Amino acid sequence: MSKQVKQLDRVIIRFAGDSGDGMQLTGDRFTQESAVFGNDLVTLPNFPAEIRAPQGTLPGVSSFQVHFADHDILTAGDAPDVLVAMNPAALKANLGDLPKGAQIIVDTHDFTGRNLAKAGYDANPLDFLGDANDVLGEFNVFPLDLTGMTVEAVKEFGLSRKDAARAKNMFALGLLSWMYGRPTESTVAFLTKRFAKVPDIRDANITAFKAGWNFGETTETFVVQYEIKPAPMSAGTYRNITGNLALSYGLVAAGVRSGLPIFLGSYPITPASDILHELSKHKSFGVTTLQAEDEIAGVGAAIGASFAGHLGVTTTSGPGIALKSEAIGLAVMTELPLLVIDVQRGGPSTGLPTKTEQADLLQAMFGRNGEAPVPIVAPQSPGDCFGAAVEAARIAITYRTPVMLLSDGYLANGSEPWQIPDIDDLPLIDPNFATATNHVVTPAGTADDGTETAEERDFWPYLRDEETLARPWAIPGTPGLEHRIGGLEKGEGHGNISYDPANHDLMVRTRQAKVDRIADSLPPLEIDDPSGRAKVLVIGWGSTYGPIGAGCRRVRKAGYHVAQVHLRHLNPFPNDLGEILARYDKVLVPEMNLGQLSLLLRGKYLVDAIGYNQVNGMPIKAAVLADAIGALVADAEGIEVDLTPQEASQ
Amino acid sequence: MTTPTTAELPFPGVRSGVELVPTNSEPQTGKEYTSDQEVRWCPGCGDYAVLKAVQGFLPQLGLRRENIVFVSGIGCSSRFPYYLDTYGMHSIHGRAPSIATGIATAREDLSVWVVTGDGDALSIGGNHLIHALRRNVNMTILLFNNRIYGLTKGQYSPTSETGKITKSTPMGSLDHPFNPVSLALGAEGSFVARTIDSDRKHLTSVLSAAAAHRGTSFVEIYQNCPIFNDGAFDAIKNNDTKADAIIPLVHGEPIHFGVEGSKGLIRDAQTGGVKIVATSDVAEGALLVHDAHNPDPSTAFAISRLTDSGYLNQSPIGIFRQVERPTYDDQARAQIATSREAAPGEPGDRLTALINGGDTWTVV
Repeated sequence: MSKQVKQLDRVIIRFAGDSGDGMQLTGDRFTQESAVFGNDLVTLPNFPAEIRAPQGTLPGVSSFQVHFADHDILTAGDAPDVLVAMNPAALKANLGDLPKGAQIIVDTHDFTGRNLAKAGYDANPLDFLGDANDVLGEFNVFPLDLTGMTVEAVKEFGLSRKDAARAKNMFALGLLSWMYGRPTESTVAFLTKRFAKVPDIRDANITAFKAGWNFGETTETFVVQYEIKPAPMSAGTYRNITGNLALSYGLVAAGVRSGLPIFLGSYPITPASDILHELSKHKSFGVTTLQAEDEIAGVGAAIGASFAGHLGVTTTSGPGIALKSEAIGLAVMTELPLLVIDVQRGGPSTGLPTKTEQADLLQAMFGRNGEAPVPIVAPQSPGDCFGAAVEAARIAITYRTPVMLLSDGYLANGSEPWQIPDIDDLPLIDPNFATATNHVVTPAGTADDGTETAEERDFWPYLRDEETLARPWAIPGTPGLEHRIGGLEKGEGHGNISYDPANHDLMVRTRQAKVDRIADSLPPLEIDDPSGRAKVLVIGWGSTYGPIGAGCRRVRKAGYHVAQVHLRHLNPFPNDLGEILARYDKVLVPEMNLGQLSLLLRGKYLVDAIGYNQVNGMPIKAAVLADAIGALVADAEGIEVDLTPQEASQ
Repeated sequence: MTTPTTAELPFPGVRSGVELVPTNSEPQTGKEYTSDQEVRWCPGCGDYAVLKAVQGFLPQLGLRRENIVFVSGIGCSSRFPYYLDTYGMHSIHGRAPSIATGIATAREDLSVWVVTGDGDALSIGGNHLIHALRRNVNMTILLFNNRIYGLTKGQYSPTSETGKITKSTPMGSLDHPFNPVSLALGAEGSFVARTIDSDRKHLTSVLSAAAAHRGTSFVEIYQNCPIFNDGAFDAIKNNDTKADAIIPLVHGEPIHFGVEGSKGLIRDAQTGGVKIVATSDVAEGALLVHDAHNPDPSTAFAISRLTDSGYLNQSPIGIFRQVERPTYDDQARAQIATSREAAPGEPGDRLTALINGGDTWTVV
């Protein structure tokens, strides 16, 4: 039968099922297909901390949301247009997020008494479709026995019923791929490779995938196929990439561009472990990965490697930073390059391991004993993790300092199309190892008896570069530069232990001044203020870039003025930040914490930063943020602001 | 004395601990290894003797001075690196083995030494110590055991005898002490030895064997603290008691001690361990012959248990165990070398290929 084709500018699909149903893989494949097709996209994986939470329960629900469009988008979307629910719990857990009229494709197979009870349903909601008491009445529901159709489609492979049913996610993927006209080649290639060693499973998955597609094409259930045209993007080669992968590649790139071998000392922790996994594949670039006995050993080994002339890196999440704090202080004191990567998650303590949060900013800033300034860099999107890692390495190597790189769970697991950079466009980073003595002990002269005496020289490990205030990095194996460093305060210049009060005061101020001087190497901030008439500035950092941008677009689309600035450098702040803040009547700071950047801005610039704070483990929703921006615009300009009549588009 | 060559090592074909470290053609002196920093230990501290022994030993190693790195943690002994004119890091409490692991793994051309104490290595840094031993990273760990906390002024340590009266334990400590050698053997250390600060000849011979060993060499050094735990090792230091107190371990030799070798070790059939007997009570040839190279550490462990856990009246001294086992750092570097060989080409080109991997699309 011929199907009607309907044009859409954007769609948000959420795949939801039990933790073991393969929803992350399904979402990831749909994303890859959409990326190859050329849509702009943003994804939001959401899964429980338990590897296999009790089957069929609400806590066990795993979901993957993908927002794809024919235009530039910034977020994974506030509310799904389509929900694919593989069991009763997935339906129940996600129903509250759906707008009226949303499509629900539901696998009826698991809607048994037992599973309904586990999900907290007294009665099967699918039995009342169209009735007066239909709880799904607001939605467009398609109840289908996806599992049954999958088992039927793959019966020729002789798999057990359980194994056959496991291919149901590929059937669902095939159906959705048909519905949105996705290219299927990459998924077939992926399945072929993934299950190369188990031909039956491979063939069953490919068959289920194709059966899902064919079902869409032939069934009368679906009469409409949707088309979302490719989004215009600037010329270049693209790939879809998650933040953790981009960050890993950025570290490899930092090694290549500095000529330094990368040494990662790390202890497994969610959501940072994937960086350890990824870097352990890249030994051919001279990357060493040490899975240490604990968080402290991870950073300790990295510091040792840096002392030995490698670029030491440690990756972790908030609880790991807490454990590493003393060692980071040692790196501050010994002034060695070190990258400390914190993929933030919900806290405090163990908190929400698989959910996102931005509440480690103050820990990164101040979480050490003594005056221990550490530069902080934060990527704003998954793809930006690549460049942010290179930038963090530049600062660490140039200024001989530990640098904190603050990613988060949303960036780590979320993905977006990434324009692959030209390696030659990345900065070259000069390790500038010390190779010669730098201090004159006794000048050349003439002795009393008239003989010429040669100049006597030695090496001072704390004799600083005048411009950067960085100390020389003399690595073991360099003759004549033997020296000792350590956690005790050192005398400026000569670097011997010093308890002198004036010296300590000088060293504390010098370490701070060195970090402050990094600001001189930063580009001016980009101010997004299209009309130039905004009185309200929205400023953020890290992964809130997307929601803030989308929120600002909504406000502008409704005819109002708002400016946006996003900070990549949190310490030191860029030199022009104070002047920019002073230009606006109101400053709004949306954060996934209780106001940490607000506190820093207020402290440094005496600006009345107004916080917009959400700490629920999820990205901020653009529509809600737009309302907050709108309210502030109304206040600042003394006007009524109404965002509702306009068709909001992200 | 010089460093044993590979041929002289117990394991033919195995590289020595310093084999990849550049050597010095000129003879060196202890003075070259002495930094210009004033040594600030208490008068009479055993650390002086160890420092002197190390400064005297390092020139014999014949390595380039710039390729030697000393790493320490926190405590009296951890000031050690400041007094040696090599590369060094005085780090943070307990973490020296992890920092040294990074250094030794990053660079095959360095001779890496850790100086630590009983509190640093066995209390706050216990985890790093056992994992360094387990991994067998090529470095030498010198554990100065004075059985007390000195730098914090006299609290009991994890090797102090139970019931010790200290500032923090006025009614006597309740903790059962660690036996550092037993612990190292339990962590499957590939080189485990014990020596004494005041016996420079024995100390130097153990340092030499430890440096030559490829892997983590663990050396416990009994070291007297004259201020907070004076006399802790008197029994093994006094001429009139030491014959009965020291059980000398020499590879290939029957283990006997006491005045005129009156005592010796035999296997204890009942416990499976070892026991002390009067040599006159057993047949000639019945004494246990020390085999430091036995792959099974059980006997070495049994011997280590002869150390008193209370006041030290008796302790085996020498190399308990010296076995060949692949080192973590050699293998880590070998994995990198193998991967590099399998991926020829410029790093920049390979990086371009890497980031262009996966499903890509091009917008023109």
